[in-house]
Amino acid sequence: MDEGRHGMKVVIGIAMIAACLGWFATGSMAAEAQANVSSSPPLEQALAELLSEVEGTREQAVRLLVEQGDASMLPRLEELRANADRSLRMAIKPVIDTWRNRANLASPDADTRRTAATDLGMSGRISAIPWLEAAAANESHRWPRYAMEESALLLKLASDNPTSQQQAAVKLGEMRSQNAAPALLALVQAGNSESATGEQQALAQTAAAAIERIESWNVWSSAIETLFRGISLSSILLIMSLGLAIVFGLMGVINMAHGELMMIGAYATFVMQECFKLYFPESWFDSYYLAALPAAFLAAALFGLILEASVIRFLYGRPLETMLATWGVSLILIQGARMYFGDLTAITAPSWLNGGAQVLVGVFLPFNRLFIIALSILSVIGIYALLFRSSIGLRVRAVTQNRSMSACLGIPTRKVDAYTFAFGSGLAGIAGWALTLVGNVEPGLGQNYIVDSFMVVVTGGVGKLAGTIIASLGIGGLNKLMEPSLGAVYGKVLILVLVILFLQRRPSGLFAVKGRHAEG
Amino acid sequence: MPPPSSAERHEGTLFWAVGFVLLFVLPVLNVLPAEDSWLHVSDFALNRFGKFLAFAILALGLDLIWGYAGILSLGQGVFFGIGAYCMGMHLMLTIGSQSVYGSALPDFMVWNQVTELPFFWKPFYSFSAAVLAGLLAPACFALIFGFLAFRSRIRGVYFAIITQALALMAWLVFNRNETNLGGTNGLTDFKTLLGFRLSASDTQLALYVMTVLCLGGAYALCRWIIASRAGRVLIAIRDSEQRVRFSGYSPSTYKLFVFVVSALLAGLAGILYVPQVGIITPAQMGVLPSLEMVVWVAVGGRATLVGAIVGAVGVNLGRSILTNSFPELWPFFLGGLFVVVVLLFPDGVMGIAKQVRGKLAEKAVRLPKTSAVEGEQA
Repeated sequence: MDEGRHGMKVVIGIAMIAACLGWFATGSMAAEAQANVSSSPPLEQALAELLSEVEGTREQAVRLLVEQGDASMLPRLEELRANADRSLRMAIKPVIDTWRNRANLASPDADTRRTAATDLGMSGRISAIPWLEAAAANESHRWPRYAMEESALLLKLASDNPTSQQQAAVKLGEMRSQNAAPALLALVQAGNSESATGEQQALAQTAAAAIERIESWNVWSSAIETLFRGISLSSILLIMSLGLAIVFGLMGVINMAHGELMMIGAYATFVMQECFKLYFPESWFDSYYLAALPAAFLAAALFGLILEASVIRFLYGRPLETMLATWGVSLILIQGARMYFGDLTAITAPSWLNGGAQVLVGVFLPFNRLFIIALSILSVIGIYALLFRSSIGLRVRAVTQNRSMSACLGIPTRKVDAYTFAFGSGLAGIAGWALTLVGNVEPGLGQNYIVDSFMVVVTGGVGKLAGTIIASLGIGGLNKLMEPSLGAVYGKVLILVLVILFLQRRPSGLFAVKGRHAEG
Repeated sequence: MPPPSSAERHEGTLFWAVGFVLLFVLPVLNVLPAEDSWLHVSDFALNRFGKFLAFAILALGLDLIWGYAGILSLGQGVFFGIGAYCMGMHLMLTIGSQSVYGSALPDFMVWNQVTELPFFWKPFYSFSAAVLAGLLAPACFALIFGFLAFRSRIRGVYFAIITQALALMAWLVFNRNETNLGGTNGLTDFKTLLGFRLSASDTQLALYVMTVLCLGGAYALCRWIIASRAGRVLIAIRDSEQRVRFSGYSPSTYKLFVFVVSALLAGLAGILYVPQVGIITPAQMGVLPSLEMVVWVAVGGRATLVGAIVGAVGVNLGRSILTNSFPELWPFFLGGLFVVVVLLFPDGVMGIAKQVRGKLAEKAVRLPKTSAVEGEQA
């Protein structure tokens, strides 16, 4: 929080400095033109000429305005545009865009500065080079500065001065600029044509080298993004599987309704959002997501408690029957949700999770995925602390290892079962809460993840958290890794084959509990 | 071999009685009485019943592995589907150029711009090859899968999960267009089987009779397996696999054998299902259908072969009635059935029947006894 506020101060300070500089610059320019806007005859004339019906006159006026006007004319142009017909609007648009982008280069918002710079770079107006360079020199944020420099170079690349074109091509290659690839490609093609001059050929060579650098970087950046997507998928799988694995380890029960507990968490989030829409002021809306965390956890945990008390506790020692009964419960839940909520509902993610962070050129990490990864790390730490650093966890572990001995020592095993089951269900609720950020809320939501998380539990083995963590990372990561080359379906098939082959080597999972209770 | 107990002899007479009804009474009632007579069994009803009986064959196989050997397979739909697709492919090819696009290729291939028949379709021009493939392909698949699974001692919940994943994968793969199996729409629009029109009621009647015969054969096969030494080992494996292993048997071999038999029966069910229903899609072989098959057995009563048949026919009858009148309620009903059967009636319908019979017998025994006591007192 503090850092953010500090950052804001810096941004505002810079923006103010930039604004002052801009004011001085425009002031001096206006002084050179011997007048301010309202009294500059050529500009006034150009404004008037915009309205003329003669084609050439209007174009000339537009050019003049772009080259000599400044942002202070924007209101007048806007006014003009509001009353204009379509062709005039089209004619004025470049003028307005250019001046607005130039003004936005000094905007307090980093993203605005960045888009403005990118737009100017795409517009192909050579006159924007000095503005961009000036803005880049004053820019303190990395990515807006990158965009400004990139745009300035792009414009240089489009200029007709071969030396600066050469330099720009080299520089763009060094910057691994994604946006420059089409322009560079065009240069290469021009250099390879038969009528190319020596200069063009030299330029083409430089451009080809730059393209190569850019493309080799592309491979890396897409690899990083795939890895990141894999990790974020694994994170959801992990939260989901942890609950499943703990319950399975403790009670030997596979809860087929686990996916639907996740669905309950997702719908709890949805209901919370609707409540905030209805009963609270709009400014509070963003906090609904935080309020939904306990709601999702409690709703799923409560439901887990009911499920345990009404179905599962009658079936201890009969794991296959438990699977069937919980599958029946899941069918009922899915249909119930479908009838009550309808088929598809979506969550509006809170504004503080929109957008993302750019860490490298071409590598963009969305906040919501980062948030999910952070959440899963927190969950693992929390579970670890609960299981291995608290007296409750001690009891859970004791019952997991030897139920009858624990009972003899006075541990209320039935209570431990019930609470552990509720806790595992609550974890599924949290997984559902997190899942709303990356997908729709629909009744079949849990079904998409349940088989994968079963595989995680089977592969990871029972009784060790580390097994579950590694297995979910492996399965989630492999899923995303194979998607680009094999497609989602064959990727999944391959994972099943791999899991079966893996179980050949280690029949009871990655980290089997050794000892006499290993064979149930 | 021990002499048959009274219950087994009872089951023997039941077998022939039910066989007689299914094989003669129903077809005769279909053919002879007038259309509006209350005795008349309509073509539709008979066809639907044939479908249920095909399912019953599959349920027998499932009962064999789950009820007797204690292996819960949630992937029976896959074997069923493979058998059904083998038959479906043959039926697709017999359509020939009578299809909508008039091409010798199946319609969906024309649609997907496949110009040449994929190599694995070619053997299916022959009917016997198709039937053979429909039986052997699921069996071979089960052999490989089962070998890997049982060798590494994957069992209980683990085996159920792995087979469920298998069902999911099969569903995903069969849904793809590039596997050239018709994608989501599956195989349909069949015209003839061995030169007989499938829409003719005589053909359907013949198919029905064929299904009943296969069901009888499957029942006899299962009964024979259970009565054999191997069957005893299977039951022993269900009750304590460790002890069987320590006694010098190799449980995985027996399990593999029974798993392959069940896959074979599922494939047979698929072969019989397709010409009667006229369509096979991946939706019939996914996770949910595979689980539903387990419910048939659970409802009927595990470890009773009759129960498997009763369950398959009963649940499907209920399904076809309920989905007609209350399509929205069917999932509730099915889910409720899972829970109720597992919680309250672990032995299914057959278990209830047994309990009732037991109560009656108890009463019959107790009544004279009490009167005797009273007599003594008096």
